[in-house]
Amino acid sequence: MAKIKGEVKFGEQLTTRGHLFRSALTSGPGIFWVTFFLLVPLIWIGVISFLTRTEVGGFERPFTLENYTRFVGFGFFGFDMLYPQIILRSILLGTGTALLCMITAMPLAFFIAALPTRYKNLALTLVLIPFWTNLLIRTYAWQILLAPESPITRLAVWMHLTEPGHPLYPSAMAIYIGMVCDYLPFLVLPLYASVEKIDWTIAEAASDLGADGPRVFWHAILPQVTPGLVAGIILVLIPATGQFVIPDLLGGAKTVMLGNAIQQQFQQSRDWPFGSAITFVGMAAVMLGLWAYARVAGEKGGEII
Amino acid sequence: MATETPAIQVENLVRRFGEVEALSHVSVSIRKGEFFSLLGPSGCGKTTLLRCIGGLDIPDEGVIRIDGTDAREIPAHKRPVNTVFQSYALFPHLTVSDNIAFGLRMKNVAKQEIADRVKRVMDMVEIAKLADRKPAQLSGGQKQRVALARAIVNEPMVLLLDEPLGALDLKLRKQLQVELLQLQRRLGITFIYVTHDQEEALVMSDRIAVMSTGKIVQMGEAEVLYEHPRTRYVSQFLGSCNLLDATVTQRTGTGALVQTPVGPLRVEFRQGGSEAAAHDKFTLAIRPEKVSLLPVSEGPAENRVKVKVEELIYIGSETHYVLRAGQQRLTAEAMNVKVGSQGFDIGQEALVYLPAAGLLVLDD
Repeated sequence: MAKIKGEVKFGEQLTTRGHLFRSALTSGPGIFWVTFFLLVPLIWIGVISFLTRTEVGGFERPFTLENYTRFVGFGFFGFDMLYPQIILRSILLGTGTALLCMITAMPLAFFIAALPTRYKNLALTLVLIPFWTNLLIRTYAWQILLAPESPITRLAVWMHLTEPGHPLYPSAMAIYIGMVCDYLPFLVLPLYASVEKIDWTIAEAASDLGADGPRVFWHAILPQVTPGLVAGIILVLIPATGQFVIPDLLGGAKTVMLGNAIQQQFQQSRDWPFGSAITFVGMAAVMLGLWAYARVAGEKGGEII
Repeated sequence: MATETPAIQVENLVRRFGEVEALSHVSVSIRKGEFFSLLGPSGCGKTTLLRCIGGLDIPDEGVIRIDGTDAREIPAHKRPVNTVFQSYALFPHLTVSDNIAFGLRMKNVAKQEIADRVKRVMDMVEIAKLADRKPAQLSGGQKQRVALARAIVNEPMVLLLDEPLGALDLKLRKQLQVELLQLQRRLGITFIYVTHDQEEALVMSDRIAVMSTGKIVQMGEAEVLYEHPRTRYVSQFLGSCNLLDATVTQRTGTGALVQTPVGPLRVEFRQGGSEAAAHDKFTLAIRPEKVSLLPVSEGPAENRVKVKVEELIYIGSETHYVLRAGQQRLTAEAMNVKVGSQGFDIGQEALVYLPAAGLLVLDD
């Protein structure tokens, strides 16, 4: 009896103290990183967003909501829609990019999954190449490709999509070309992982039960790839909403996005409290979207990601 | 009765996967209301045949008629057949009742009618309590019932079942065999049942087609197949058989006297039996339970063989014996009807009686 008791004690030690030590050892660096390089700066920015800017570009008390009211439109010079417009424009860019990536990635993921095994890795590597290229180089390359005398522009002229002598950029289309090129891998990879795992007998069952092609896709295939699709959309939506380099370079630097509005406040205007407020509103908008999704997915009883 | 249109008629069906013929010129006709089994080892083509009937696979040659209509141009979703898949293939994101309602929804049946029919079928297969569960929350047997309900709620003309009980444990399998059979009798739907379990096929089927390497090797009622197998393959696949090489020494009207490794035997040829009976050399088969083991002093005058008990397997209700007669091994199975000792021990000498009616002439 006593012997058994001793064994139990040893077991308990293993699962409590020993286990805690080992898990701290393995997860410690990660926790340290997240705490000191993400959580603490984030809280710091949150605090700054409620402070007042000093004359020389620092910040001081008293605490104020002024930065937020200014963002919503009640600035120094009366009501102004500038910042609400910027955030809407950025969200539009993000959702537009996510949508285009989704339309492009869906057939691509199925195509790659259907390839013979030896070509799959090659195809995935091709998808990843833009991802490995520097953002600026990639974006400048599009400027060249879309220039007035480029083959692509000539092709567009030949197809009567544009007039001779006109470049294809700067334009909204050029922005979206650059954006899709940049973010497609983020959607293709998780989606592809889901497509690879599809149980095709479920599609056969749907067909057997009277579903035609589109309905087999909708009822039996789409629900199976939803986790990958949602993960991919989130991965595209969040960074694409904050993107400002591509709209600058391919859109003619005429429009201010959320990203460069923040950059402006922290650098040129030296208004850290206001810059922090914009950052927080942008984050809140994205969080709100994710929360709404989690609610809907939760109600349907599905997995969240 | 003879002129009734068959539920399923398959003619000369060929399906190739690369170089391999999964089905080579299969022809079969399945009557309405019949419980028809396709029996064979894995890779024999039975599932491929089922999938071709369901429209999930397209044959390379041949014709499939469903209720007299050529089904070659009819896609799977328009065929009046439903399938119960081996892996169940339930929709993981739908509840049990939504799974069952799926087929009716696809056919745009009125909402109220869907609700009624789904409820009736769930009562029939006793899963009414599981209506709001997701497939992941079900046991194997419950999934099986849902898969069955999802198919029969559509009132198909033919139900195709692909080893539906294959993944279940023995006890549950036996219970569901009985339930499936009762359900089939009650609904009157034609069942085509794929299985590799010979006992399951014997228990359930009106008729069985035994398949091997893409061909149907023998087809008939369970009893006929068991009592009169035509080939070594069928005799070994359905139960087990003692096989003896025989050479005819004298023909005697309806039978013959033959020489075998266990000595001379008298054989009766069956009307419409094997064509090999016309040859001078053929293979004889006899089921172990047709072999009677007797004490040395007893037994009829003919077809007696002196043996030695080599091994003895006691399994309660019956005892299986492995016997040796010269170079030939024989197996015998005897019901333990006597109270107490059954009277034979290992090493003991005995006689076996091989009744002429139990000796079957095989084609190969």
